[in-house]
Amino acid sequence: MVRFENVGMRYGAGPEVLRDIGMELAAGSFHFLTGPSGAGKTSLLKLMYLAERPSRGLISLFGRDIATTPRRELPALRRKIGVVFQDFRLIDHLSAFDNVALPLRVAGLAEEQIREHVSELLRWVGLAEKLNARPATLSGGQQQRVAIARAVIGRPSLLLADEPTGNVDDEMALRLLRLFEEMNKLGTTLVIATHNEGLVTRFGHARLHLENGELTQERLRAQHAG
Amino acid sequence: MLRRRLDIPLNRDSSVRFLPWIIALMVYLAGLALAGTLVLQGTLQRWDASLSGTLTVQLPPPGDGKPDALAAALALLRPVRGVTSAEPLSPEATRRLVEPWLGTALTAAELALPQLIDLRIDPAAPPDLAALQARLAAAVPGAVLDDHRLWLDRLAGLVLSIEATALAIVLLIGGAAVLTVVFTTRAGLAVHHAVVEVLHLIGARDGYIAGQFQRQALDLALRGGIIGLALTLLTLLAIGRVSAATALFGEHVRLLPSLALRPWHWLALALLPFAAALIAMLTARVTVLRALKRMP
Ligand SMILES: Nc1ncnc2c1ncn2[C@@H]1O[C@H](COP(=O)(O)OP(=O)(O)OP(=O)(O)O)[C@@H](O)[C@H]1O
Ligand SMILES: [Mg+2]
Repeated sequence: MVRFENVGMRYGAGPEVLRDIGMELAAGSFHFLTGPSGAGKTSLLKLMYLAERPSRGLISLFGRDIATTPRRELPALRRKIGVVFQDFRLIDHLSAFDNVALPLRVAGLAEEQIREHVSELLRWVGLAEKLNARPATLSGGQQQRVAIARAVIGRPSLLLADEPTGNVDDEMALRLLRLFEEMNKLGTTLVIATHNEGLVTRFGHARLHLENGELTQERLRAQHAG
Repeated sequence: MLRRRLDIPLNRDSSVRFLPWIIALMVYLAGLALAGTLVLQGTLQRWDASLSGTLTVQLPPPGDGKPDALAAALALLRPVRGVTSAEPLSPEATRRLVEPWLGTALTAAELALPQLIDLRIDPAAPPDLAALQARLAAAVPGAVLDDHRLWLDRLAGLVLSIEATALAIVLLIGGAAVLTVVFTTRAGLAVHHAVVEVLHLIGARDGYIAGQFQRQALDLALRGGIIGLALTLLTLLAIGRVSAATALFGEHVRLLPSLALRPWHWLALALLPFAAALIAMLTARVTVLRALKRMP
């Protein structure tokens, strides 16, 4: 599903912020991405959602080498990837509904289908009352849920979430993680960057740990603290 | 189609507020240039048709000590069989003939315009023009009998160069329109970089993103173009009124060309706003596609 070989990355002419990254994420796997602030978690996710290109090494997604994939085929690839950005990146002038609908509209779905799916999902994340609200009028946690809804609305094969529970209370964090687990059960591959050690131990999925731009892959076989 | 929802709030940018007015101005100027050349062409054709039954005698410009050249020529021409009339054109009338192209600043003397005699012949029994030419040249040195072709040819040359100038102006206006749209679009891309990037990352094709900009450009340019066309038509209408009031010698000569534009001329003018809108749309599209190519 996701394969990195000797990947290095730098911003412009700056130092390498990621070094010698090698990993292989199986289809249907669930990984937490951890590490101190500035370790390179967001940078690693950016490589996966094709916002940045590596300065060296090989990345393949869905079995395709990114470097040799023609540009016109990348949009279709991106639609299979859902992203929860660390800074949400909601579109200010669009309502919560339209923000969540965006991936479906971009993919050219019919409006009736879009209306049904989007309303249902927003209800599920507890924003049924806020369909027409602008992002600026929502609380941080509400915005985050809109961002998550936008990432999952297209039923992506790969879901990348950058601190998706940073602004919500513990109960909502658990609820969102259960949504992620539901999706994982339906076959979605997940990578969730988080500082929340509690969630990592509680849900006990595999962990990718970044330290200073380098990856240490550990497997924490924790038992579910039901 | 123009009312479709935009993901990118381009319509709130201050940079796009002026675009319709700039396009309106450009369409207006292009419309006037186009109408001008069409009118000139029409005038030339009308002259061609109306002058074919007449001849002109050209005498050297008066004032070089031969004031009797005109009288001598008239005396020679009038008795000739087949000549129905020979009327001199006053220097004033001659000057007016060329005024629409050369302006009023120059006097006839300064221009050294030839003296003209309007010669009408009986088409059924025309005189021997070659013999007449020879006699005329003997009596009045420098006198030329011509059948207006010469004048028309010179005028045609003038009209052609005016047309070329007008075409160059229209092309320059088009170039300026392209640059304006390029800058407006780039400004839009810069202001909305974050939204464009999100659309890009969630899998929007370049064409989808470009579509938002190009619809906006089409909408604005069409609005501006229609305003420009309306201004052009108002101006032409006003000129037409003035022109109708200046008819000289009946319909034979008008100080200002009449506005007898043909249907296809009006069609060409009416197409201007659409041409402007098309140019704006394509320019916006190309500009956005090029910018997106730089994204990974
Ligand atoms: N756009 C950028 N241009 C230049 N350097 C950057 C850019 N984004 C991140 N960096 C640098 O790359 C390194 C890794 O940053 P990154 O955002 O990936 O860390 P992170 O692990 O996500 O941190 P956090 O937990 O605080 O979100 C940092 O040193 C940062 O300064
Ligand atoms: Mg980060």
